[in-house]
Amino acid sequence: MKGLEPLPSVDRASAMPGSIVWPVVVFIAGIVLWDLVVRIGEIPPYLLPGPLLVFKTLIADWPILSESLGVTLLTALEGFIAAAIGGIALALLFNQSKWLEYALLPYAIVLQVTPVIAIAPLMLIYLPQQTAVVVCAWIVAFFPVLANTTLGLNSVDRNLVGLFQLYRASRWQVLRYLELPAALPFILGGLRIAGGLSLIGAVAAEIAAGAAGAGSGLAYRISESSYRLNIPRMFAALLLLSVAGIVIYMLLALVSHGLLRRWHESALRKEK
Amino acid sequence: MVELALPPSDAHAAVRLRGVTKVYDNGTVALGPLDLNIRKGEFVSLLGSSGCGKSTALRLIAGLIAPSAGTVDVAAQSSSQAIGFVFQEPTLMPWSTIRENVRLPLKLAHMPDAQSSARVDEALAQVGLADFADAYPRELSGGMKMRASLARALVTEPDILLMDEPFAALDEITRFRLNNDLLTLWRELGKTVIFVTHSVFESVYLSQRVVVMTSRPGRVSAECRIEAAEPRDDAFRTSVAYAGYCRDVSQALMQASDAQVSAAKAQA
Repeated sequence: MKGLEPLPSVDRASAMPGSIVWPVVVFIAGIVLWDLVVRIGEIPPYLLPGPLLVFKTLIADWPILSESLGVTLLTALEGFIAAAIGGIALALLFNQSKWLEYALLPYAIVLQVTPVIAIAPLMLIYLPQQTAVVVCAWIVAFFPVLANTTLGLNSVDRNLVGLFQLYRASRWQVLRYLELPAALPFILGGLRIAGGLSLIGAVAAEIAAGAAGAGSGLAYRISESSYRLNIPRMFAALLLLSVAGIVIYMLLALVSHGLLRRWHESALRKEK
Repeated sequence: MVELALPPSDAHAAVRLRGVTKVYDNGTVALGPLDLNIRKGEFVSLLGSSGCGKSTALRLIAGLIAPSAGTVDVAAQSSSQAIGFVFQEPTLMPWSTIRENVRLPLKLAHMPDAQSSARVDEALAQVGLADFADAYPRELSGGMKMRASLARALVTEPDILLMDEPFAALDEITRFRLNNDLLTLWRELGKTVIFVTHSVFESVYLSQRVVVMTSRPGRVSAECRIEAAEPRDDAFRTSVAYAGYCRDVSQALMQASDAQVSAAKAQA
């Protein structure tokens, strides 16, 4: 056929080096600046430890910190999975029945707007400690998944809906072949937010649990270090939390990129 | 009401609209009353200004919306695959390859992939996209996307092809090419084609009959038969006969518009 020329295919993957190099440069510059401030200002370690001391503490306390990191990550993972399943399932139910959406959405919003640090002590009274912490992580992470999935399911091209109607597609076929794929970028966006939030929820609940005299997650280690003025360990634990958050975000971004890279604008590099 | 099939007495009729009106929920009277007969194998264009209800008429025929009054009779509508629809936009699923987009109607009819593959390949070949079956819609130009949309409409081998201003957003050269390809397909496959357009030139080039509609609410204002020799090609576009038909259809369109304005003034 004459004159049929496909458009050039572009992928954001080729733009990756720049997106990695610049954050690393900023990170190194931040570390150097931090070290200089501590050295020049002769700030004592119980106020602000230098980056080298924090790193040494991280190595020395690794057995304790790694165990706590494992506990916190497991809690965040459980909260994330519960949020993903619960958020997507509830959005699908809302999609099938507007009445259900009208009836339940206000309560989902109530959960979202109530600060988890205020709910956690109550949860710790009514539920076993580990369950309460997971529930708090779930509460924080659940709403973005629900809201994004609902938005995605409601954002389907009207003409495509008409096409499925024309071919007399069943409700299940519309959901499987149209609504879920169309909502996928929204769902993945919600999951990326939920990944970080589940960690925040887990940490907030662990702090509350720690205050109640129990807990062994990273947040508890931070509280404990604070009480003992072991500031280098506090920084080391904070560093681990930040790295964990970044890794969670990057993993979810990688999954998102893998699923969308062939077709969705968000995963495609701008043409030059 | 939409009848599932035409009465046996109308063996040659493909579509029949009787006193059809459409009033939307917001009170907009889009159509009516509209009376229209289209024979099997006929290529008919619905021509009118934007917003005159052409697309509404097409959606009524497809069964996508219900008429507020009157009857819409469509031959052989008992099968979900008897009608193919090409929208104004390509309306492709961006997450699927062109092959999977074209396969969709057969998939919805529960046809196994092994069985549908031959028909998908045939439809892609008919529109000249055989080499782009594994591409994603975003990788194709506007004209190629529209070809894919046409292939999807043809894959079910429908009796009736409904096309809602499919080439309106394309450049002139691509539009001419697609016009020619569409005519070739129509001659080869013998489908009934109802083509909505607001282009006088396109309607004259493609159709055996041009139905001119009034402004909203859309009604039939005039019908112009285009009795040019087949097959039509680019030579027809530059012929005196073509210019004459275009003049006649343009006049009919202007009269439809004037009549509507006069009626509105009289009503005021």
